[in-house]
Amino acid sequence: MMSATKKSILRRAAPLFAAAALLLCSRAYAQEGPDALVKRVSEEVLQIVKTDPKVQAGDRERIREVIDTKLAPHFDFERMTALAVGRGWRQATPEQQKQLVEQFRTLLARTYSNAFVQYKDQTISYKPLRADAGATDVQVRTEIIRPGQNPVQIDYSLTKKGNEWKAYDVIVGGVSLVTNYRDEFNAQIQNGGIDGLIKSLQAKNAGPAPPAPTAK
Amino acid sequence: MIDKAMHLVFCAALALLASGCATVQTTSKDDPFEPWNRAMYDIHQVVDGQFIRPAVQAYVDTTPKPIQQGIHNFFANLDDVVSVVNDFLQWKLEKAGNDMGRVMLNSFFGLGGIIDVASDLSIEKGNEDFGQTFGYWGIPQGPYLFIPVLGPTTVRDGTGLIARAYASPLSYVIVDVPTRNILYGVGFVDLRAQYLETDRLVDQAAIDKYTFIRRSYLQRREYLVYDGRPPPPKEED
Repeated sequence: MMSATKKSILRRAAPLFAAAALLLCSRAYAQEGPDALVKRVSEEVLQIVKTDPKVQAGDRERIREVIDTKLAPHFDFERMTALAVGRGWRQATPEQQKQLVEQFRTLLARTYSNAFVQYKDQTISYKPLRADAGATDVQVRTEIIRPGQNPVQIDYSLTKKGNEWKAYDVIVGGVSLVTNYRDEFNAQIQNGGIDGLIKSLQAKNAGPAPPAPTAK
Repeated sequence: MIDKAMHLVFCAALALLASGCATVQTTSKDDPFEPWNRAMYDIHQVVDGQFIRPAVQAYVDTTPKPIQQGIHNFFANLDDVVSVVNDFLQWKLEKAGNDMGRVMLNSFFGLGGIIDVASDLSIEKGNEDFGQTFGYWGIPQGPYLFIPVLGPTTVRDGTGLIARAYASPLSYVIVDVPTRNILYGVGFVDLRAQYLETDRLVDQAAIDKYTFIRRSYLQRREYLVYDGRPPPPKEED
């Protein structure tokens, strides 16, 4: 039991505490390291996958919404696209580059949304970050643990952009997403130039959505 | 029966023709036999897509989960034996001890490997094979190969698979040939079942599945040879 005076002191000090807490939080937020970022975002999304009934029912719109609002802001799609396109990137006009980024982003989101609900039963273990304090390009290592199956390593490559860390590659079990697409994109460019690549990406994205995923 | 076989040959021939016309020439230095491999890939698409994939999907859909898991564990235990052999061949003694412990625990306390006791005790599963051993000792991967039914491999890894066929406990413990063949068959179904999710992912992700599978396979193998720490890739331009 608290005495009346203590209570009133607390009441008067409350806004002060709140302000201090807010200040601390925003400071911590601004200085969030790449490993902390990966962990926060992964856990947030995992929590949604595990609890959101719409996501579990395979509601595409809701899944896309989660991807667009929770995940996408932490990716540097322009860098990803530039790396995946490789040599051709510098030959592309700004308009072509814009289209490439847009189409690649859509393709990735569609692919990811399809695999989304499979993550229901998993837990993630986060490996300690091994990078210098001033590093601006790091790899954050995680491991996906699923009951009855071998663990899968998922690593994220991130760079520091201003004050924020942004991911530009995801490496699943040693398979880099960006490297994987580089071969594909090169082949398309060799056949039909940059416009050919844009066209095949558009065609792929316009194709029928795969059967709706549902939680098993 | 003959009709069906003829039909299959016809389909394959058609696929070959079609691929011959619309060959996407990617000149990857890892894949000097690309036209041949693409033809093999097209045959695979027909055989796997028409027969194997639906059958394996039916197995996954109709077999009770615990039985599937038991079957999977049984073959995973045999894989662990192969891992032990290759741990020694790469002189990774700590891993060898680890994997040997897994085999013993699972074989004796896990009903001949049906229950993965070792993983429940957090003893991590090893994953070494002959292809990795060759790689470890500096043998290059050689040309990429796509083999119908079997899938992507390289000259090095394919040679490793042949070595594995001889090293697998099934080949010397089970003397009765029909029984052994049935076990090989079940093992194949279990192996194929592990890749059903991957198929769906590739269907969705790839513009040209052949290229996508090739790069994934080669990256994955490189990663395994270096035990998860491959040297950084060289920029090609």
